[in-house]
Order: sequence, then structure tokens, then C-alpha cells
Amino acid sequence: MDLLNAFITLSNFVIIPAIAYGSQLALGALGVTLIYGILRFSNFAHGDTMAFGTMVTILFTWWFQHLGLSLGPFPTALLALPFGIAGCALFVLLTDRAVYRFYRVQKAKPVILVIVSMGVMFIMNGVVRFIIGPDDHNFGDGERFIISARTFREMTGLEEGLAIRTSTGITVVTAVVVVALLFWFLNKTRTGKSMRAYSDNEDLALLSGINPEKVVVVTWVIVAALATVAGTLYGLDKSFKAFTYFQLLLPIFASAIVGGLGSPVGAIAGGFVIAFSEVTITYAWKKVITYVVPESMAPDGLVQLLSTDYKFAVSFIILLVVLLFRPTGLFKGKSV
Amino acid sequence: MIKVDNVVKTFGGFRAVDGASLEIRQGAITGLIGPNGAGKTTLFNVIAGVLKPTSGKVTMMGEDITGLPPHDLFHKGLLRTFQIAHEFGSMSCRENLMMVPGNQSGESLWNTWFGRKRIADEERALRAKADEVLEFLTISHLAEQKASQISGGQKKLLELGRTMMVDAKIVFLDEVGAGVNRTLLNTIGDAIVQLNKERGYTFVVIEHDMDFIGRLCDPVICMAEGKVLAQGTLAEIKANEQVIEAYLGTGLKNKDMVGA
Repeated sequence: MDLLNAFITLSNFVIIPAIAYGSQLALGALGVTLIYGILRFSNFAHGDTMAFGTMVTILFTWWFQHLGLSLGPFPTALLALPFGIAGCALFVLLTDRAVYRFYRVQKAKPVILVIVSMGVMFIMNGVVRFIIGPDDHNFGDGERFIISARTFREMTGLEEGLAIRTSTGITVVTAVVVVALLFWFLNKTRTGKSMRAYSDNEDLALLSGINPEKVVVVTWVIVAALATVAGTLYGLDKSFKAFTYFQLLLPIFASAIVGGLGSPVGAIAGGFVIAFSEVTITYAWKKVITYVVPESMAPDGLVQLLSTDYKFAVSFIILLVVLLFRPTGLFKGKSV
Repeated sequence: MIKVDNVVKTFGGFRAVDGASLEIRQGAITGLIGPNGAGKTTLFNVIAGVLKPTSGKVTMMGEDITGLPPHDLFHKGLLRTFQIAHEFGSMSCRENLMMVPGNQSGESLWNTWFGRKRIADEERALRAKADEVLEFLTISHLAEQKASQISGGQKKLLELGRTMMVDAKIVFLDEVGAGVNRTLLNTIGDAIVQLNKERGYTFVVIEHDMDFIGRLCDPVICMAEGKVLAQGTLAEIKANEQVIEAYLGTGLKNKDMVGA
């Protein structure tokens, strides 16, 4: 029995990665939920919006690296992030002008907009692959670890190491800052309130002094910012590949729906629920269990409930269960 | 002030408004009555820009406003309330009122970050105004309450309050009295008269309660089957054969009190 080492192992392989992944999902799900709440459709192009924003960020990162600009121990991508957000916002606003507005003016049904967003998704997907290629890109630079496993072992004298990567730290800090800013914006500023008003009651909002086009533009800009931040953090943490971002759509939607579509708090909670389930179910528990149980009972196998290849099945199952038993999600969003 | 000229609105094959023409005098409280399905609310929706007319023209002080979007009409001082009260459910009553005026400096993303002082001043003025309106409507105690939690009648008051947050020129009230008890209805009636007298609001009121109409409105317009049947004082309308046939019913011909 060695609870301390068991806990360190658990933190290193489950808790810390799940927190980072959860923050990334939460930021992604916030974008989906805002579109759903304010523009009233499920935006299937969100994964590829993330990919687009991240791609612009990467291009700027490369350019800055070429110019010799850097942020010291922090990744250069952070410096490129505002440009990524601006690029993504511009692209998304163009899409809105060219595509979504046409359907909005006609007051098209949400299901039509969903199909339209799928079309947009394929186009964005193509654009991203066309520009940056379908391959994997690692664009993280700067210091790799805040604490490396070896330093930790030397510091504490424990058998197990606890590594905290810079990307993890940045993910969590950025997510907290972004979420705080978003909530402040939605609850305290006039524009944020207009957005909530528009989400509460569109008819009434239209008959007040609220300019619907302005609300739509601001919503898209915020969504583009959230998507770019989420995508860049995910890319720094793992790597950037257009197809992976498209696949992220499932856990992101699962997060938004589990939390309750249209509810920002729900999106965050949902992100962490999905992340923790995915990581705990696909983690090989052998090491942790070996520390906790007496030696004679130590397992021979890996004690992995599901291979990581099937990790998307986890979000799928949670999604189905929530839709069956609590369609409005944990935080009473709008029913799907 | 408002002139509706031969407006037609069809839904599929159904002619909800079928060539209605009428004129609304500035400074008057005009009553709009008629049986259910006469096209009153549809006509309101056409005037307020929610629906585009199939044909016909709407002018406001000589300016063509046919088919303008609602928020543009709002800025011209044309406001409406809903038959079923609408509210921003997640916000307090005070916030609901503060949402109303358009073109606030807090709406620009730039000012959100760099114009904090201006926004704060504006918000303070708005807040004072919202409190004044709540006071006027005798619902000051509901200021902090979420709008989704107040009663139906109180929501109607809030609807009326919304029109007081800006300098409206003309306000269309769609069944302010529906589902509201007598006492509250009197409060609403008093508020309407006071707004009309003191602030010079022009009102158009859809209502089924003839007492209410009789107390407030002159002239009264009666619609049926998408057309305007008659226009005049309530007494004239009550005496009109066509109106009796279409709406009031022959049985009530000789009674003093009609409707309610």
C-alpha cells in the first residue's frame, strides 16, 4: 500500500490531463452553446472553425519564429493568438454574410441551418487542408515543462514523478481568464445583455432598440475567439491536424448537450464531465491499483476499460444517455 | 399620423387582412375592436414591421414605412406590445426596462473596453428612469425580481413600462387587458390616459372589454374578416348594424352594457 505514490500517478496520468482536456472542451462547447442560444442552430462547423483559427495562429507563429520573435519560456503561439482570433473572426463573419444571413432573413428552420452548417463545415475543412495540409504539425516551443517528472522525483524523493507541462498550465490559466471575461461580458455589459435578451426572447428583442445584426456580429466574433483559443490550446497540448479537429466535434457537442445547450455554465461543466469520463475509462489502471492493493492482489492485465482507439465512444454513450433521460442537460438548457 | 392604405396580408390562401384602410389621428387613443380572427393582430404586425404586407401601404407622418424592420420603426418612435406578454426571462424587471432604449454606447465593443465612464453615466440615468417607470406602474417592489417569475398581469404592466423607457410617438397595445383583473386593468387604463395626456403618446388599443374601450377610446374602429367595418365613437359603433351583426350580436342591441 502506497497511497501517496498512487495519488501522484493518478494526478499525473488522469487528473492533470483531464483538467487540461476538459478546459479545451469547455471552451469549444461554450462556442457551440452561444451559437445555439443566440443564433438558434447547432453549428456543425465548430470543429473546423477551431481548426481554421488554429491554422491562422500557426501561420503567424511560423512567421514570428522566422522573424526571431519569441515570448521566452512561453510558446510563440500565444503572441500569434490575437492574430489567429482576428483571422478566424473575419472568416466566420464572411461566412455569415455569404451563407447564414440568407437563411436568417428567411427565418429558416433550425434544421435547415444545421444542414447549412454541415456544408460550411466541409468547405472550411477543405480550406484548412488546402492551406496547411492534412499532416500533423507541432507548433509548441519555449519551455516544455513547468515541473518535469525527474525534477519532481528529486524534489520529493518519491518513486513516482509528476510532470506539469507548460501547455497544461497555459491551458488552465487561459481557460479561467477567458471564461471569467466571457461571463463578465454576458452579465455586466450592455452588449452581453443584448445577446442574452436576444436569446431569451427574439421577438421582443426585435421590437426593442436591439439591433439584431449587431448581436449576430458580436456573437460570431466571440465564438471565433473562443474557437481559436480552444483550438490553439488543444494544438499546443497535443498537436495540430485538421482531421483531429473535425473529430473533436463529437466530444464538444456531447459537452454542450450534457451541460444543457444554451447554458454557458453547463458547457463548462459538460466539458469536464466528458473529459474526465474519457480519460478515466481509457486509462490503464494497473499501476495505480498495484500501489493501492496488497502485493498478492496486484493485477496482471492493464486494467484498461476501453482502448484509447474507442475514446469517442465514451462521449457518444454519455450523449445518448443524457438525451434519453435528461434532454435539457444538467443545467436546464433548451431541449434539443 | 399613421395611414394604412388598402393593406392585404395573406397566409397561403387565407386573407387575414383583406384590404384594410384606416387612419390614426395624432394624440388620440384609438380602440380597435372586432371578433376573434378579424385580422386585428395581423394588422398590428404589419404596421409594426413584424410581417410584410402582401400588398398595400403604411405611412407614418407622410413617410412610407411599409415593410421596415421592427427595430427601425422602434427608432422612429413606433412601439408595440404583445397579446401574450413577452419578457426577457433571465433578467430582472429593472434590467428588462433598461434593455429597451437602443443606440446605447455600451453596445459598441470599443466602448465596452475603453468608454467605461460614459457607459456608467448612461447606465445610471437609465436605472433612474427604469425605477421611475416601475414606480409609476406601482411595481417598484418587483425591480429585482426575475421577469419570468412575475404574474401575467404584472408582465402586462412591464410591457407598458417598456414603452415608457423611450420617447414613443405611437404605441400599439395588443389586448393589454387580457387575463388581467379589474383593479390592475384600472391601473393600466389610468397609466394609458396619463401617458396620453402628459406625454402626448398616441395609442392604438386592441381590446375586447367594452367598458375599458368606452372609458379610454375615441374613436373606435371595428374590423371583421380582414376589413374595416366602421369607425366612430363607441356609441356610434354600437349602433352600427353591420357591427352588431359581425361582432356585438343582435341580442345585445338594446342593452347599455355590451361585452365584458
